[in-house]
Amino acid sequence: MYVAVKGGERAIENAHAWLAEERRGDPAVPELSTAQIREQMTLAVNRVMAEGSLYDPDLAALAIKQARGDLIEAIFLIRAYRTTLPRLMASTPVDTAAMAVTRRISATFKDAPGGQILGPTFDYTHRLLDFALLAEGEVPPAPTALTGPAQDMPHILSFLDRDGLIEEATPSDEPPPDLTRAPLELPADRALRLQALTRGDEGFVLGLAYSTQRGYGRNHAFVGELRIGTCPVEVDIPELGFSVEIGDIELTECETVNQFTGSKTQPPQFTRGYGLTFGQTERKAISMALVDRALRWRELGEDFTGAPAQDEEFVLSHCDNIQATGFLEHIKLPHYVDFQAELELIRSVRAAAFASREAAE
Amino acid sequence: MTMSERRDWMGVLARSQPQRLADLLGPLPAHEMLRNPEIGAVMVRGRAGAAGAPFNLGEMTVTRCSLQLQGGLVGHAYVQGRDKSHAIRAAIVDALMQGPQSATTREAILAPLQQDQSAHRAATRAKAAATKVEFFTMVRGED
Repeated sequence: MYVAVKGGERAIENAHAWLAEERRGDPAVPELSTAQIREQMTLAVNRVMAEGSLYDPDLAALAIKQARGDLIEAIFLIRAYRTTLPRLMASTPVDTAAMAVTRRISATFKDAPGGQILGPTFDYTHRLLDFALLAEGEVPPAPTALTGPAQDMPHILSFLDRDGLIEEATPSDEPPPDLTRAPLELPADRALRLQALTRGDEGFVLGLAYSTQRGYGRNHAFVGELRIGTCPVEVDIPELGFSVEIGDIELTECETVNQFTGSKTQPPQFTRGYGLTFGQTERKAISMALVDRALRWRELGEDFTGAPAQDEEFVLSHCDNIQATGFLEHIKLPHYVDFQAELELIRSVRAAAFASREAAE
Repeated sequence: MTMSERRDWMGVLARSQPQRLADLLGPLPAHEMLRNPEIGAVMVRGRAGAAGAPFNLGEMTVTRCSLQLQGGLVGHAYVQGRDKSHAIRAAIVDALMQGPQSATTREAILAPLQQDQSAHRAATRAKAAATKVEFFTMVRGED
């Protein structure tokens, strides 16, 4: 017999009230504003925008505050919010060659035109706790250097491309499939994989990327170029009949140079992996490029070695932390009836086992 | 007015700090909404390998509106974020720029906004330039 059980409303209300109190913490400590989170927890904000798949620093900061700093919970809030927004249009693809770069490095060419620009990076820090941050204090402004007029920063891989040493990135204007509009279908094309990876969980994509480096689907990646900076977003406005820029967004882009393919008819060439993510999220962008490259084994005529990072079904079905969290955490919700059935079953099996043992004795 | 001029000023207005635009514009001229401010999302696209086939990168928030000034000038705005009054002000300036007040509007509103934005870009470029690596080779004295 199935009996619906109600109740728990008061407990839930009180739990939420306590949650709000815990969120606030010690009232003797000044409350954190969302502007403070946006300005001082920028990389958390960036991760929430990237995986929440919505570029809006104010909302990401609000989500982080509401989620008490639990970034996956914050991403969940952003994903839920974005479903309430009408989709007005799609942008023309961002032109990352015209990025106003704050960081741009290459691990393949020391003297790349445009130079190696370190930007505000944790690299070369000693990873020692800086106790000076315990005290409040002014930070001196960062040094500046004279610059010429702004120039486009050509992609480093375009130099290899010019000499035919790397596979071409074939331009097209095919409208891409959209994960947020149609359920994932396999096999997926590269556009769909890139969308899934860019909003995928940083930890999961990092782990997969690392596994390729350790030999599970090895493709020996060099960071051909990593760049961070802002790009204008341009949309066609139907009522005007021309396109306008609706703002600038910060992006991280990683292009990897990987080991070659070639055949009897085609001389060997380097191959590419690609990562592009919202905000300053370089660990994610590099990971994305490595996993993108691993997933391209079929189109590049490589062997499937059974490595997780090569397995499109495995990667795409598990990289989304909101899907994963939803399914994982649902098992803590009441399963009284399911469990009751299991309990009945095990009791009857045990009773039968005891009965047959007694009969044997 | 050319299409490319209008494109440029709409871009400047979209990028402007909402408060700065409000300070520069002052009290709003009389206007009638043709399309009330609407908050929505634009799907931002990238290209595989920077130059290849497009893919969906993720959405961004955007607010749009259309209005008409007394006298019939129509202004449109598409601005990043969720600030409805920012969109209204941007549309008002877009309308003003198409009429007889374009020269004064350019001087009083667009020029300072442009200046802010180019100063900001220049400051970022100067900081980036200071982190540019100057490689040098150590003389090893082996030969």
